[in-house]
Amino acid sequence: MYSKGFKPLAAATVVALATAMALVFFYAPLDADQGFVQKIFYVHVPMAIVSLCGFVAGGIMAILYLRSGDSSWDMRSYVAIHISIILGVGVLATGAIWARASWGHWWVWDEPVLVSFLVVVLLYCVYYPLRFSIEDPERQARYSSVFAIAAGAFVPLNFAAVRMAEAYTHPRVLSQTGGNLPGEMRLTFLVSLLAMALLFVTLWKLELISKHASMQLKRLRKRLDARVAA
Amino acid sequence: MIGAAGTILRKDLRLELRTKESVPAMTLFTLTVYVLFHFGLDRDSLDGELASGVLWVTLLLAAVIGVSRLFAAEREQGGIDGLLLAPVDRTSLFLAKSAALFLFLVAVEVVALPAFGLLLLGPGLGGALPELLAILVLGDLGIAAVGALVAALAAETRARELIAPLLLLPLLVPVLIACAQATEPLLRQTQGPEDLGRWLGLLTLYDVVFVLLSVAVFDYLLED
Repeated sequence: MYSKGFKPLAAATVVALATAMALVFFYAPLDADQGFVQKIFYVHVPMAIVSLCGFVAGGIMAILYLRSGDSSWDMRSYVAIHISIILGVGVLATGAIWARASWGHWWVWDEPVLVSFLVVVLLYCVYYPLRFSIEDPERQARYSSVFAIAAGAFVPLNFAAVRMAEAYTHPRVLSQTGGNLPGEMRLTFLVSLLAMALLFVTLWKLELISKHASMQLKRLRKRLDARVAA
Repeated sequence: MIGAAGTILRKDLRLELRTKESVPAMTLFTLTVYVLFHFGLDRDSLDGELASGVLWVTLLLAAVIGVSRLFAAEREQGGIDGLLLAPVDRTSLFLAKSAALFLFLVAVEVVALPAFGLLLLGPGLGGALPELLAILVLGDLGIAAVGALVAALAAETRARELIAPLLLLPLLVPVLIACAQATEPLLRQTQGPEDLGRWLGLLTLYDVVFVLLSVAVFDYLLED
């Protein structure tokens, strides 16, 4: 049911990731201030953008579930949030490494993107205990969807609040993606972003396929048991 | 809808007046946390950002108690079935519960704020009172909207005592940022520059978003 077009998608992801890595290491120029360390930017920032989009997409899929009552939307929303949390933890780790290398500290409270990310990841970590402490599957889907919608709306609000609270002393990482990146860096960044987005979709599909298969297996086992018992 | 909400709210307030459960507990809790902060920070009086931080963290922690008790009476005595069977909109239940939480918070602050001024605060509270009241009202509105939503979300889970605070506190980070930042210049020894408008604007935006969102999704909670 979910496996349509998976193979070409996976192949495209491999190609995009390989191209992105090749561009990062052989094409993009070294940053004048930060040197080699700046190359983590091509992993950190795309990961952050894709993870945030994944959270918001999880919220939108939850709205679709509540409107349609089709439980496959709930499954899609759950898996999107699941993969986004994994990427979010990656963002925190790469962010800490970058902060250590360029500012000398593992954690910098006045970097709003990083701090907002911590709050968002902390909030979304509660998704699992909330979801799995409700047994009835229909109610589980409904409550998880309400959480996904509320948290999806919270993400941009939280970013605005944290950004307003922090002093504007450090360079805005996200605004670097705008006009002031030199052309080669920009191309590398865009390819990395595309690769990360493809990776997200591939992982999402893979997880959906595996969840669907194990659910089918469970159903078949149950039927088999019933037949053996009869 | 408003009539039904009013009836449920009256029921909650009467219950609180008779059992005296949430508000006294929350108030006692804030006083205890002040004592904890006094010893934890080893300071006799606070001002500026330390004062506003202590005040708001204490109020948020007290709100956690209120939120985790918000549906307690319905759950323990089975009243929730009666509410769900009644032919009223779920939105009125949300409005009533968040209004009850808002009133509880106001009642707590009537004691907790003067007590804070008395026990911990260095500069006097008097001069900044109108601004502080505006911040408190907007902050309480946000806490009440998110609190009622979280209470309903956690009500059906097995580990609700754990999930309610874990959900509530990250969701309230923007409220804490805005309230603490707006309160900070008011509690300094020498009143400094303030940009109250910006923080009140953020609080208003937060309140509007979460009230509308809760009204929109509350129908899907507490069904069956």
